[in-house]
Amino acid sequence: MNILKVYWAFVKKEFFHILRDKRTLLILFGMPIAQVMIFGYAVTNEFNGASLDIYDQAKDELSGQLIHHLESSGNFRINRILNSQEEIEDGFKSGETKLVVVIPKDFASDLSSSQDVTIQLLADGSDPNNANTLVQYASTMIRGFESKYLGKEKSPFQVDVETRMLYNPQLKSAQNFVPGTIALILLIISAMMTSLTIAKEKETGTMEILLVSPLPPALIILGKVTPYALLAFLDAILILLIGYFVFEVPILGSLTLLLIVCFLYLLVALSLGTLISTVSKTQQDAMMRSLMGLMMPSMLLSGFIFPLSSMPFILQIIGSAVPATYFIEVLKGVMLRGVGLQFVFWEIIILIGMGALFLGFTYKNFKIRLE
Amino acid sequence: MLPIKIENISKTFDGVKALDNISFTVEEGELFGLIGPDGAGKTTLFRILTTLLLADEGTAEVLGFDVIKNYKTIRSKVGYMPGKFSLYQDLSVEENLDFFATIFGTSIEENYDLIADIYRQIEPFKKRLAGDLSGGMKQKLALSCALIHKPDVLFLDEPTTGVDAVSRKEFWEMLQSLKEKGIAILVSTPYMDEASLCDRIALIQEGKILQTDSPQNLITSYPHPLYSVKAQDTYQTLQTLRLAPFTRSILPFGDTLHLSTKQGGSIQEIEDFLNAKSQSQIEVKPIKATVEDVFLNLSSPQTKESPS
Repeated sequence: MNILKVYWAFVKKEFFHILRDKRTLLILFGMPIAQVMIFGYAVTNEFNGASLDIYDQAKDELSGQLIHHLESSGNFRINRILNSQEEIEDGFKSGETKLVVVIPKDFASDLSSSQDVTIQLLADGSDPNNANTLVQYASTMIRGFESKYLGKEKSPFQVDVETRMLYNPQLKSAQNFVPGTIALILLIISAMMTSLTIAKEKETGTMEILLVSPLPPALIILGKVTPYALLAFLDAILILLIGYFVFEVPILGSLTLLLIVCFLYLLVALSLGTLISTVSKTQQDAMMRSLMGLMMPSMLLSGFIFPLSSMPFILQIIGSAVPATYFIEVLKGVMLRGVGLQFVFWEIIILIGMGALFLGFTYKNFKIRLE
Repeated sequence: MLPIKIENISKTFDGVKALDNISFTVEEGELFGLIGPDGAGKTTLFRILTTLLLADEGTAEVLGFDVIKNYKTIRSKVGYMPGKFSLYQDLSVEENLDFFATIFGTSIEENYDLIADIYRQIEPFKKRLAGDLSGGMKQKLALSCALIHKPDVLFLDEPTTGVDAVSRKEFWEMLQSLKEKGIAILVSTPYMDEASLCDRIALIQEGKILQTDSPQNLITSYPHPLYSVKAQDTYQTLQTLRLAPFTRSILPFGDTLHLSTKQGGSIQEIEDFLNAKSQSQIEVKPIKATVEDVFLNLSSPQTKESPS
């Protein structure tokens, strides 16, 4: 038997399955694009043109300048000028107001006499992320105004804290979600789709015929996963391109290293998918196992959305068993910090180890019979 | 070398005996039928023989190879058509056949002769997806796929279930011509009328083989007088005859009744009995047993003892 010819026949057949099923195609190509776009545009910690209420008790030239200064960045839009304490609460309650800047009565005189000036910032804490970001940004703007106004008159004893966010100075969320999305998409396609397609052969009974044939089990598995591996790799490149051109996510490190790591992670995901398929008899079963066992932990416990270090110990342990944790770490390192192999060596070793382990289990679990 | 040799095979699923001490052999070039109702254990036996399941007890050999030790050899030498239509519905007729030819290390051209008679009937639709074929055409395609690598033994698990009468007839004709090419065939079916088309049959019920013989021998071995009874009101007649003193068993066969009597029940006696019970348009004649009569006789031993 010509192994290569048989392998090719298998790959061709699998491509027919994929290309003739609209749902599979949608998952393969619609989902990655949709996911990048959603993470890129909708799920974001950045804000543009946040509306701002001002309760200006001073109403003088200087307070006018401050308001102008706040507006000048383009990030704030003045929504209303308030005239009383009551209006502040009304705004928050109606949900229109996210941030209120309260300028005190003696603003100008206090500032010029170098007394303590308190500008009050009120934010809607029911949306903590947003409130934090707005308050931080507004404080920075106000400090900027202060030093501009005071100029060289600044007190010699003041300590300046200058913060710089390295590798992502503007704290763009795209820098975080592109690696995360690649990790998720590769997992969905390589692990979930392959476990589904193998479970489908069992469900429809075709596995029965394949088993009663001279095909070695490894060839059945290999033939089935190859097309998904290729397509998943294509998706990874697609996401990198969208990240680079649409969201300006840089690739500072070696592109070759990046692609090799993507391929390695893909192999880990494929081995997970085949492992799931060895224990699932139906597509539904395979789907549930993939979603609960792979997707959820990879999304929540990989450091993609929530940082691992702030999680309870037990979740950290689980998180450290999730391949995506290491993959995202490597991606961030190579893409954003531009590090070389020596800095992500350990993570790569862990990924290789995981892949070997899962493949070993798959080999042990693969049934040459029906039970 | 015997194509199939089964010795004392038993298999239990969750405490239920699916197969209970099964033994029979299939001779070279024989068309052997495994006849029995759904749930009799036919599919389980097929799966054991095609190396897909392991028996709890007993041994089985296919072409002289042990189904456990030499499973790889068996897999390359047999053709298997599972009970459920198990081809790729989203591949065309030609793509399916081509795929199965390739995985068995051959090509459609190489073995075209063997499948020509069958495949020619579906060839006009070779670009059609297998899922869009009719039941009869699906079955022909499945048979073509099972034959494409020129197997020495063919396992056909209920190939005619869910197929129209014309296609069923055609299918059995195909099996006859395959048999003539020297391929041993083990075929299972729940249809008793197909049994007479086999060289030999084994009647199976609840995991037990009731009897193994040629259909002809089985029929002649039927031990009781048998009559077909036709009446205007079949159901009422059935009820009436159940209570008759001469009745051994009475069973409906389509619009007639098959009445098996104890020694002594004559046509006259039956007609008189029915007339007395005011049944009209009665027609009683002696008949030869069918495989179904044999099966029912063997499978319900209680009727041998008590008449009512």
